[in-house]
This record gives sequence, structure tokens and C-alpha cells, in this order.
Amino acid sequence: MDGLGASVLTAIHLILHLNHDLLGIIVLSFQVSLVALAFGCIIALPLGAAVAVLRFPGRGLVVAALNAAMGLPGVVVGLVVYLLLSRSGPFGELGLLFTPSAMVIAQCVLIVPIIAALTYQTVADLHEKYDEQLRSLGSGRLRTMFTLLWDGRFSLVTAVLAGFGRAIAEVGTVIIVGGNINHYTRVMTTAIALESMRGDLPLAVALGIVLIVLALGITLLAQVVRDAASRRYG
Amino acid sequence: MDAPSPPTGHAGASASHTLPLSVDRLCYRADGRELLSAVSFAVQADTFNVILGPNGAGKSLLLRLCHGLLRPSSGRISWRGLSPAQARARHAMVFQHPVVLRRSVAANVYYPLAVRHVPRSERRDRVREALEVTNLAHLAHAPATRLSGGEQQRLALARAWALRPEVVLLDEPSANLDPRATLDLETLVNTMRTRGTAVIMTTHDLAQARRLSERVLFLNRGRLLEDAAARDFFIRPASPEAQAFLAGELLA
Repeated sequence: MDGLGASVLTAIHLILHLNHDLLGIIVLSFQVSLVALAFGCIIALPLGAAVAVLRFPGRGLVVAALNAAMGLPGVVVGLVVYLLLSRSGPFGELGLLFTPSAMVIAQCVLIVPIIAALTYQTVADLHEKYDEQLRSLGSGRLRTMFTLLWDGRFSLVTAVLAGFGRAIAEVGTVIIVGGNINHYTRVMTTAIALESMRGDLPLAVALGIVLIVLALGITLLAQVVRDAASRRYG
Repeated sequence: MDAPSPPTGHAGASASHTLPLSVDRLCYRADGRELLSAVSFAVQADTFNVILGPNGAGKSLLLRLCHGLLRPSSGRISWRGLSPAQARARHAMVFQHPVVLRRSVAANVYYPLAVRHVPRSERRDRVREALEVTNLAHLAHAPATRLSGGEQQRLALARAWALRPEVVLLDEPSANLDPRATLDLETLVNTMRTRGTAVIMTTHDLAQARRLSERVLFLNRGRLLEDAAARDFFIRPASPEAQAFLAGELLA
């Protein structure tokens, strides 16, 4: 208890006297995860909607693959992205390994299946209900996809938040492709891992508390906005 | 409006691109059961057609086949040479349980106009007019999903109105409405009819069929038993099933 109490004090102290290093780590964490989330959504929302609306051979397989990929081990994703981006890998020339961009890519790979699978579920349910009406009104497949995404927007917030949660919480992936380089690729999770290994537990726990508060804060904010909007627009 | 409007002398009826409709030996099977058997009939322009029959007769199925939402198992449906899917752009359908989009009432009417590439300059006017005739103008900015069942049905009708279809297909449109809302709906459909839109409507409501129809297609257990002018049908039904139905007996 004593250790935890000290950690909480340290955390409060850290937040009140926000030093430059810590701020940098926090900002980088959110930058990386939010950019990964943005790209992830651009890919995963249409992907999930397409699988829900289009009929093609092997569709069942794709759905199964998406669901299975929701549980991708982060370390393995990190390793694969590492191999792709390393000097001898196919994208080695881009020089992305051990940069924040590499972390964005890895997090993106990790969350696309999550967002796509949850989007598929939402859109498939809507499609069943809307299909005849939309075809009657003259909507083609592509427009139907985007109409359903828009009509499912309040449910989809949950899918997007799930993706964000996975991205911001990820350690193994970003430590492999980012390298945990101070002032460059060190994010909150990797900093926590480092401090706990070094034995500076109060600092590690304090960082953990900051991470939780910020991540929960964002999730909560998104839900409040969603609820307000859904009350207003039905 | 109790009696159907006179079928002649209205303005706005131009040559139809998709009528007559001809349905030839149409069959529909699902799960090994024949739900429609060798149904043949034709629909000319300028008529109020009612597909009448008990629940489960296949009325709604027939309508959706004509609208191209389902594929026939065999037989042929032709809208003046066009397939149902091709003709759909000139038609509108009002479902028994219409789906409204999660956006404002006005945006719901606007949506199909955009989908069907109605010129931008016309869309606003058409939306306004459709909301006025359906008595929804005061709800234009309300979220459509918050409307009552009757209001949603009126919205579905507004959507159909704004499209200015050659044919409007209505699937038991008043099954869930109270008498007042039903009257409003019938008045509106009659107005569409007098403006030159052909109507094909399903109903199991005998009184409604009497009020509206100019022509009756009587369907029972997937078979078209009668195809007659409304007057003849209600006075001298030919089939024993229709006689029983008109007498208020329950058809099994």
C-alpha cells in the first residue's frame, strides 16, 4: 500500500509539475495512436461496410479472418512490421524503422481488424433491415455502404474507441518497431516498461496512472458526445 | 375522399415509359414451397390496381417481385420491355414497415432525389412540396427516427411523392394506421393517382379495396383467382374463394 500511495503522490506531482520530458512522451503517445486511428478508420470502416454489403465468393472466410485477426498478438505484428521495414526488408529503403511512422504503421495494422470486424457487425445488421428500402430508392452498393456507415455512426463510435484503446495501450508492438528511443520514439507504455525494469516503480506507476486517466478521459468524452448527439438525432 | 377520382381528364399524365406491365406465368419458390404459382396479368397506365387477398396469399411477394427486389423462380415480368430492376428508377415503393434514415425528415426526402440524380436545382422544391402535401412541413428538421409510426408512413409517402414516379407500389400501407391516418393516406394516394401515377396497392382490407380500387387482382394461396374491374368483382365475384372472402369468411 505504501508503494502505491507513494506512486499516487508521485503521479500527482508529475502532473502538477509537468516536465518537458513527460509532456513529450504524452504528446507523442497520443500523436502516434491518433494518427494510427485515423488511418485505421479510413481503411477499416469502408472495409467492414464492404464485407457487410457486397456479396462475393470467400466472403465468409474474410469475416472469419477479420474476427480472428482481432486477437492478433501485438508482438507478432511488431515483428512482422519490423521485418518489412528493416534495412534488408522490402520497405527498408524508406528508412522508417525506429521512427514514430513505424509505430503508426504497426498500430494501424493492429487495429484495422478490430475496427473492421466491429463495423462489419454493425453494418451487416443495418443492411438486413435497410436493404430492400435502399434498393427501392435507387441506391447502388457503394452508396448503400456509406449510407449504412452514416446511419450506424453512433454504434460505430464504440468500434473506433475499441481501436483507439488497443492502439494507445500497446507495448510490444511499438517497442519492437520504435525502439523506445528517448525523446524520439518513447511513448507512455514503453516508458512504463522501461521504468519498471529499471526499478523506478513509483515513476512507472505514476506514468500508468497518467495513461489511464488520459485514455479513459478521451473514451469518456467520446461517449458523452455520442450520447448527446444520439439524443438529439434519434 | 371516399370514392376514387374519375380516371380520366386529369392533367400531367404523359406517355408512360414503363407501362404496361406484363406478368407472365410468374412463379416464386422458397424452401421447397411454391409461394406464387403461374401468376399472369397486365397493368395499364392510369389505373388504381388493388391486389386483394388474405394474409399469406403472396401479395407482398408479388409486389416485391414486380419492383425487382426479388428474382422470380420462373416466369417473366416486363415493364414495357424493361426488367423490374431497370424500371425501378421510374417507380416508387411504400413498404408496410418503411425504413427511415437516421437523419432529418427533410434529408430523408432529399436522399432518393440525390440517389436518382434529380437536378440539384429541383430538389429543394420537391422536398418542400412533398412535405407540404403529406403534412410534415412542421417536422422538416426533426430526426426521422423520432416520428410516430403514422408519421413515418407519411414520410415514406412523401419520399415516394417527391420522386414523381410513373408507378407507385404500396404494400399494406395502412396496416398499422388509425382510421384518421388511413384517410389521409388514401387521399394522398388518390391525388397521386389523379396526377397520372398508376397505383398498385396490396391490402387485405376489404373496405379499403372498395373505396379505392378501379381494378382488383384477387390472390389466394399464391394463385391469382380473379382479375376484374372493381365494380364487377365486388358485385359478381367469380371464384368461390372470392365469394367467401367478400362474405367475410376466413380463408384458410
